[in-house]
Amino acid sequence: MTWQGLITMSLGAILIENFVLVRFLGICPFLGVSKKMDTAMGMGMAVIFVMTAASAATWAVDAYLLKPFGIEYMETVAFILVIAALVQIVEMFLQKAVPALYKALGIYLPLITTNCAVLGVAIINSDLGSGFLESVLFSFLSGVGFTFALLLFAAIRQRLEFAEYPDAFEGFPIALVTAGLLAMCFMGFSGLEIFP
Amino acid sequence: MTQTMRQFKNGLIDQNPTLVLLLGMCPTLATSTSMTNAVGMGLAATAVLICSNFAVSALRKLIPEKIRIAAFVVIIAGFVTAVDYLLQAFVPALSESLGMFIPLIVVNCIILARAEAFASKNGVMRSALDGLTMGMGFTLALMTVSAIRELLSAGSLFGFRVLPEAFPSIGIMAQPPGGFIVLGVVIAVMQAIRNRGKARPAA
Repeated sequence: MTWQGLITMSLGAILIENFVLVRFLGICPFLGVSKKMDTAMGMGMAVIFVMTAASAATWAVDAYLLKPFGIEYMETVAFILVIAALVQIVEMFLQKAVPALYKALGIYLPLITTNCAVLGVAIINSDLGSGFLESVLFSFLSGVGFTFALLLFAAIRQRLEFAEYPDAFEGFPIALVTAGLLAMCFMGFSGLEIFP
Repeated sequence: MTQTMRQFKNGLIDQNPTLVLLLGMCPTLATSTSMTNAVGMGLAATAVLICSNFAVSALRKLIPEKIRIAAFVVIIAGFVTAVDYLLQAFVPALSESLGMFIPLIVVNCIILARAEAFASKNGVMRSALDGLTMGMGFTLALMTVSAIRELLSAGSLFGFRVLPEAFPSIGIMAQPPGGFIVLGVVIAVMQAIRNRGKARPAA
């Protein structure tokens, strides 16, 4: 892959086709753990890690198990099992090997199994028929995009605590409207091209 | 009120999975661009909910406690795959426009939440009914959001023009920001209605 290709892919995954704000993947953690900057950071790191590892694992399952045996219709079942198992293994590994990191990520790890961004990226890679390196790189960059949006949103929400708005908007609604405004900003990136 | 009636009221209003329990946000935002998509998505998720609740409830005494989540996910994934292929075969256009959000029903929190919170503790028929009512609640919420978005962005419902031509169309309503904002306002209206009965704390 050329470096131009790499930059185009990064821009695409992080800004133009941002996983949360444009593709609508991973909204639950985006709204759920964005109240504080440090928890948002923890969740973001965990997602980047699991997404990258999961895309490598699902690519291998797709290429060496599903395609040779002609059972692509089992894709959804196989992918979700691989992701669930992977999350469990990562959790056990971190608990033994890097207890500090395990404590920091703690409750976010099991939640990632049902994060649609992880399964989403696996399905996108398989639909596009990307190669191994491309898949892993795209997943990593998408995770970075997710974290970027999550951090931006957490920073806004911290300030929102002191804002005044109608009672009915308490909690989720005001978060959703804020996310809408943020998504509007991200629309400005569409059509962004550096190497036309 | 009989228990069946109560379950319907629960699923549609009191415990509406999307608007009150705030589960399953991704498909609600992504597939509410038009009424057709919303109804398709709602019915697909309802079908999966009924089947998975039924199966989980039937197998609830056989599934070991420790691996129950994994078992639930496999059951759900099986039904999602079936629904995915049925849609591809019979309504290819709808399947095309819903795209990857059909396989993503697997990780829709509503379905796993109902399996864990209801089907694994209740009888088979009651669990299937719970799947139906919760699925209808999800569909209703999706239809509400998509009706607003489609009216404002294209002036139509189910693709048929409803508003006069002179009505300006707000393109952004069909775009991602419109989804966030409309869903936020709809949930705010639900909260306002529920707050009305409660005593307001003195300011």
